[in-house]
Amino acid sequence: MSERLVELEVLRYNPETDSEPRLQRYSVACREEWVVLDALNHIKESIDPTLSYRWSCHMAVCGSCGMMVNGEPKLACKAFLRNYEGVIRVEPLAHFPVERDLVTVIDDFMDKLKRVRPYLIPKEVKAVSDGEYRQTPAELKKFKQYSMCINCMLCYAACPEYGIIPKFIGPAAIALAHRYNQDSRDGGRAARQEEVAATEGVWECSFTGACSDVCPEHVDPAGALQQVKIRSTLDWYKEHLMPWLKA
Amino acid sequence: MEVVSTDVAIIGAGGAGLRAAIAIAQSDPKLRIALISKVYPMRSHTCAAEGGAAGVIKSDDSLEHHFNDTVGGGDWLSDQDAVDYFIREAPKELVQLEHWGCPWSREDNGSVAVRPFGGMKKQRTWFAADKSGFHILHTLFQTSLQFESIRRFDEFYATDLLLDEGRCAGLVAIEMRSGQMRRFDARAVIVAGGGAGRMFPFTTNGAIKTGDGMALAYRAGVPLKDMEFVQYHPTGLPSTGTLLTEACRGEGGVLLNKNGRRFLQDYGMGPETPLGKPVLKTMELGPRDRVSQAFWHEQKKGNAIQTQWGDAMLLDLRHLGEKTINERLPLVRDMSISYMGVDPVKDPVPVRPVVHYMMGGIHTDIRAATSLPGLFAAGECACVSINGANRLGSNSLTELLVFGRRAALSAMEYLHADVPAPRDAALAAHAAAAQGRVRELMQRTGGTETVAGVRKEMMQTMEAHAGIYRSGEGLAAACATLADLRRRYRAIELHDKTNVYNTDLLQALELGSMLDCAEAVTQSALARRESRGAHQRIDFAARDDKNYLRHSLAIYRPTAVPRVDYCDVVITKSQPGVRDYSGAHA
Repeated sequence: MSERLVELEVLRYNPETDSEPRLQRYSVACREEWVVLDALNHIKESIDPTLSYRWSCHMAVCGSCGMMVNGEPKLACKAFLRNYEGVIRVEPLAHFPVERDLVTVIDDFMDKLKRVRPYLIPKEVKAVSDGEYRQTPAELKKFKQYSMCINCMLCYAACPEYGIIPKFIGPAAIALAHRYNQDSRDGGRAARQEEVAATEGVWECSFTGACSDVCPEHVDPAGALQQVKIRSTLDWYKEHLMPWLKA
Repeated sequence: MEVVSTDVAIIGAGGAGLRAAIAIAQSDPKLRIALISKVYPMRSHTCAAEGGAAGVIKSDDSLEHHFNDTVGGGDWLSDQDAVDYFIREAPKELVQLEHWGCPWSREDNGSVAVRPFGGMKKQRTWFAADKSGFHILHTLFQTSLQFESIRRFDEFYATDLLLDEGRCAGLVAIEMRSGQMRRFDARAVIVAGGGAGRMFPFTTNGAIKTGDGMALAYRAGVPLKDMEFVQYHPTGLPSTGTLLTEACRGEGGVLLNKNGRRFLQDYGMGPETPLGKPVLKTMELGPRDRVSQAFWHEQKKGNAIQTQWGDAMLLDLRHLGEKTINERLPLVRDMSISYMGVDPVKDPVPVRPVVHYMMGGIHTDIRAATSLPGLFAAGECACVSINGANRLGSNSLTELLVFGRRAALSAMEYLHADVPAPRDAALAAHAAAAQGRVRELMQRTGGTETVAGVRKEMMQTMEAHAGIYRSGEGLAAACATLADLRRRYRAIELHDKTNVYNTDLLQALELGSMLDCAEAVTQSALARRESRGAHQRIDFAARDDKNYLRHSLAIYRPTAVPRVDYCDVVITKSQPGVRDYSGAHA
């Protein structure tokens, strides 16, 4: 079983004892197949129990372990050590306040998620006793990709706009609004537009596509943003230039 | 200590906790709900469930089939009145989830699709590709966001239930962000804290599955029921323990030993079925306990393949073809490539049994109520019991919906019966004592033990003696070690004595929960001198209905090992019989 000594530089910050963040170096004997999370767990268990970070599933589905690895937003459980050479720098997700070490404050995202009404607002209300809504595989396919968001917030850490304009509602929240807008069972698009098409909604996006590049679930929030922009533009034309179409 | 006053407090915001919260919010918007979880709801381990949720919907299926599969699958240790309620409610809950937007996979005509699962006579597992739990969790979480009466306390770790005059009247929790303790005064409490697979070193369970909910109730005097029944899922990746869903076999995947033989036919699950044409309830669609046990025997015979992570068998999906694998099992393919370097389209994937699920848990009645007035429990942390000695795959996702809702209804009924307001002075005194215990742990100096050290020994003990096959001798040794570890736990000194997001403290508290659960497992296993379902004793190889057709109840004692008691199994219509997973039943 092959092992190699990996140097990790981990951002440390404890608001009770540190005036500012610092980098701490650890040498870890790592197995070939390990991911960054395995190295952090090894540090926590055997070298430094004071290191704090979030993690749970180790299978890229719970979304807890988003962090910056050599400056790129990654899930620590999917950042394979074999893909890195030299010292690996591990920092908390960019654009979020640091609570402690690699743990960020995610209140902003939680608030934005709620604001876009990410739940089904049924087009036609149906009782449970009436059975399921029919939805063809083709209809499912229209939104399925956007429903894969694990809320890991890598896209917010990658988004240049969110870094500059924190009010920007951001990629994941818009992708999830779009997910419901695209659902054949849903009739809530108008209710969501208020947030999504506001100044801090889709219009802040400059379409660098960074969000989609870093998404571990291939959700393609950039694609969702573009589609929402197009729909919102059509809305504007309908409302202002072709009012007869609204009816 | 700051006090939060609420009507219902829910501990745990996974599938069961969220379902309960929504049920209360919908039924009575005036009731205040505090949803308290040590992680953000979408991090809960429900998200890791892959294969699907069972509920009768297709015309060739029947409630009776689902009942019989579940009761037989549980080796007749299930309470049949609970199973009856469960199977009736199951389809309604799955339709409800569909109405909330869950992206279930579909038939061409737009109806919900179902897939085969182990131990099920008919296809009845609703699925969303191989991320069913993820979609259920996010559908519930997102749905919950529309209810103003649900007040969330994310990243609050509950340390103690508060009791007053023999009733559960709230809890105390640590806010991770500040390290401050909060007192929650609640007229009713629902525990939905998940399982405890992390007692074992090799598990599909995420880091958060440390039995906290079970331990809370147990220490408050509620028995833990049937804790000796620990489910091994047959197919985990040997490197990480990552789950490869049973749907792999549902879709037609087969298990091979090192000689390429589909060895399940040698363990009462034959004859061999044609490749790519899975037959329900036999061979690879046998129940999890039997399949995991068959691997153990193959290992003993030297028929396992060797990997750098130890013995394994092969899961062969190649004949399904790339299209089916991508459509039905995309996560399985992704994880096999990522974590094992094996593409299941091209090569068989090495797998081995891995700790997956606790059939046992907080003893509740069919209404999800515990013996402590005001305390209810649902989901994996509870034992209601529908799973008996072995849970069938795809029953647990449905269970957390059905009994999450049931716990909510029971809590509301309880509130309507005019529960006296808890006395402030009594709760304050209990809360102060709880705070004192945490403070003592935080400030302890001169300790000789570490969290990592004690935890490692616990895991090794469980792996060595409480695995797929057990012996009286091994279990006795495990009981002794765990009793000693509980003593040594009190000598742990934390390295981190600060307040903000202190995971050294968190892990110490989680370890305390796991040690209590582990002792309940080994003591109950030692006392059960028979083999049934997932509990296999080398020294008592046969099922013994005369003495052990009973639920075990582990009862907490602060300074001694738990006392093991028993209660009757509810049998309504299915008398214990032979579990037949040969092709003959078809």
